[in-house]
Amino acid sequence: MSALIRIEGVSKRFGNFAAVDDVSLDIRENEFFALLGPSGCGKTTLLRMLAGLEVPSEGRILIDGQDMANVAPNKRPVNMVFQSYAVFPHMTVAQNVGYGLRIDGVARAEIEGRVREALGLVKLDGLEARKPDQLSGGQRQRVALARALIKRPKVLLLDEPLSALDAKLRETMRSELAMIQDQVGVTFVMVTHDQDEALAMACRCGVMHKGQLQQVATPADLYEYPANRFVADFIGSVNLFEGRLALDQPDQARVEVPGLGASIWVDHGVTGATGGTVWAAIRPEKIELHHRGAQADVGGGDPPPLPAGTPVDANLLEGSVRHSSYLGSETVYEIEVAGGRMVKVLRSNVRRYEERAFEVGDVVWLSWSPQAPAVLLS
Amino acid sequence: MTEQPASKAHAAFATTFLAPAFWLIAFFLVPLGIIWAYSFGRTVGLTEIAIDGTFANYARIADPVYVEVFVKSIAYAALTTLLCLVVGFPVALAITFASDRAKIWLLLLIMLPFWTNLLVRTYALMAVLRTEGFVNDMLGWVGVGPLPLLHNNFAVVFGLVYVNLPFLVLPLYSALDRLDRSLLEASLDLGAGHLRTIFEIVVPLALPGILSGLLITFIPALGSYLTPDLLGGPDSQMIANVIERQFKRANDWPFGAALSFILMYLTFIAIAVQAVVTRRREALAR
Repeated sequence: MSALIRIEGVSKRFGNFAAVDDVSLDIRENEFFALLGPSGCGKTTLLRMLAGLEVPSEGRILIDGQDMANVAPNKRPVNMVFQSYAVFPHMTVAQNVGYGLRIDGVARAEIEGRVREALGLVKLDGLEARKPDQLSGGQRQRVALARALIKRPKVLLLDEPLSALDAKLRETMRSELAMIQDQVGVTFVMVTHDQDEALAMACRCGVMHKGQLQQVATPADLYEYPANRFVADFIGSVNLFEGRLALDQPDQARVEVPGLGASIWVDHGVTGATGGTVWAAIRPEKIELHHRGAQADVGGGDPPPLPAGTPVDANLLEGSVRHSSYLGSETVYEIEVAGGRMVKVLRSNVRRYEERAFEVGDVVWLSWSPQAPAVLLS
Repeated sequence: MTEQPASKAHAAFATTFLAPAFWLIAFFLVPLGIIWAYSFGRTVGLTEIAIDGTFANYARIADPVYVEVFVKSIAYAALTTLLCLVVGFPVALAITFASDRAKIWLLLLIMLPFWTNLLVRTYALMAVLRTEGFVNDMLGWVGVGPLPLLHNNFAVVFGLVYVNLPFLVLPLYSALDRLDRSLLEASLDLGAGHLRTIFEIVVPLALPGILSGLLITFIPALGSYLTPDLLGGPDSQMIANVIERQFKRANDWPFGAALSFILMYLTFIAIAVQAVVTRRREALAR
């Protein structure tokens, strides 16, 4: 797969503020790419530069091998679905969808046919004559989508496409957008602050923070192999332990965490480590909870068995349950461990009923496998 | 604390609105009523007016001399409004898309003329347009002219455009500034150029604002007195000049009153037409 969009060292400055700071990125043909990040991270600015609505302060953008500098927005092979949808209020649905073709001087009969086809694609058949104020938010979004796709762009840009929809509709639109992308075979570039949305829909995601691209990876790699603390924390939920790399060999490494009462041992080496501070990131669902006994017999109870080769005082913590939130499919526990540190643990509720559930106040063991922690250098 | 006794609220309302209401009645409605009554009277002697319910004053307006003045006034006002639109639309558009800091200064520049007396501004314009004025001086350097720029119909329309331009630019700006920028960006994104976007998106969406701006310009232009009086020639009389003459030199207050009310009715018609057009557009948009 070749790069359809090539972003080379692109920056955008507003005064002294760098909204986008030296971003380089390749987006492949037919890919569903998500730009993910908190608000103000520069993702929308980057998208608007692809559309030509903002001009980069530095760097270049190539689309299909063509340098986009000096190419006006109306001459670019991209179309955009705006966050507010930007459906023209004085035009009917059909006029909205056909607008781009009419501007291009396409014959009326062909416009009619293609409008019908585009409305079929987004399941708005029969609403041709409606005005935007007679449509629901979800329908308006479909109009915006049809209006952008009808021009058969090489790239479709989507700015927070689902943010204005209610939760249920968002779910259906997620799978529908992915299906439409499959059908039309257009490269989709989506901007979102919603990590679930990005992970569920995109082939690859680029995580942005403070104008800089933090990591570009598949959803699974972003989650399991975050590049730094920001990505680990932004994608999903994570327990971060700051410590020192006490041991670093090709087949094992060990992070000493002051005051934790146990070290964190992993079954792989750490690449690029230069000593100094590191962070061990452990996802809440990768930590196991074990009953240690009743409140009365603190200090009693046998620790759970750990995988062979685990050093003493590693990957095992004592703690007590401080808080639990029942979320239906899972329960999130907050466990207080040595030094008053809180550790988040997530358990799937695979049974409808449990003989010995974990209750607030219970004394527990926490353990994890040596492949659970990710060691982060920054 | 949030709920006040009704009587107390009424008292507060009354004290707040009594003074302006009194002002409006004593200094606007009552004089207007007196003039309205005069329009059904006739002059007896030098200062006395007998109000006898005659329609003779209104009948006199049908005289071609006066009809012509009305037609000319409407034509000048319409031409002025049109020229203001042609000049003012790009200006309003430029202000809308200027940076926030530039916007404040540009709006200030538009409002600056309001801080100077109309009479002073009109005399200044005379200095620009007269035979030995700045324009003709400069034309003289390139061997053109002098052109007759003052005391003719051209000067009147030129002056009216100059005086009324801010009245159109400000409502146009407020209409354009309210437009959702993403609509314009969507139009560009879909392949339309800037000019096409203005005609396809900006003008249709800003039309109510444009119409009310046109009306706000047309009405004062129609009743202009000073500009045609100072800049015009002998054939540049507009309706307000004729009215003034009736109250002063001709000493025919009843006829002047009738002319005034016809002018006011014309204004009402213009407002009504705008209201109907706006409502029809809204009905169509449903």
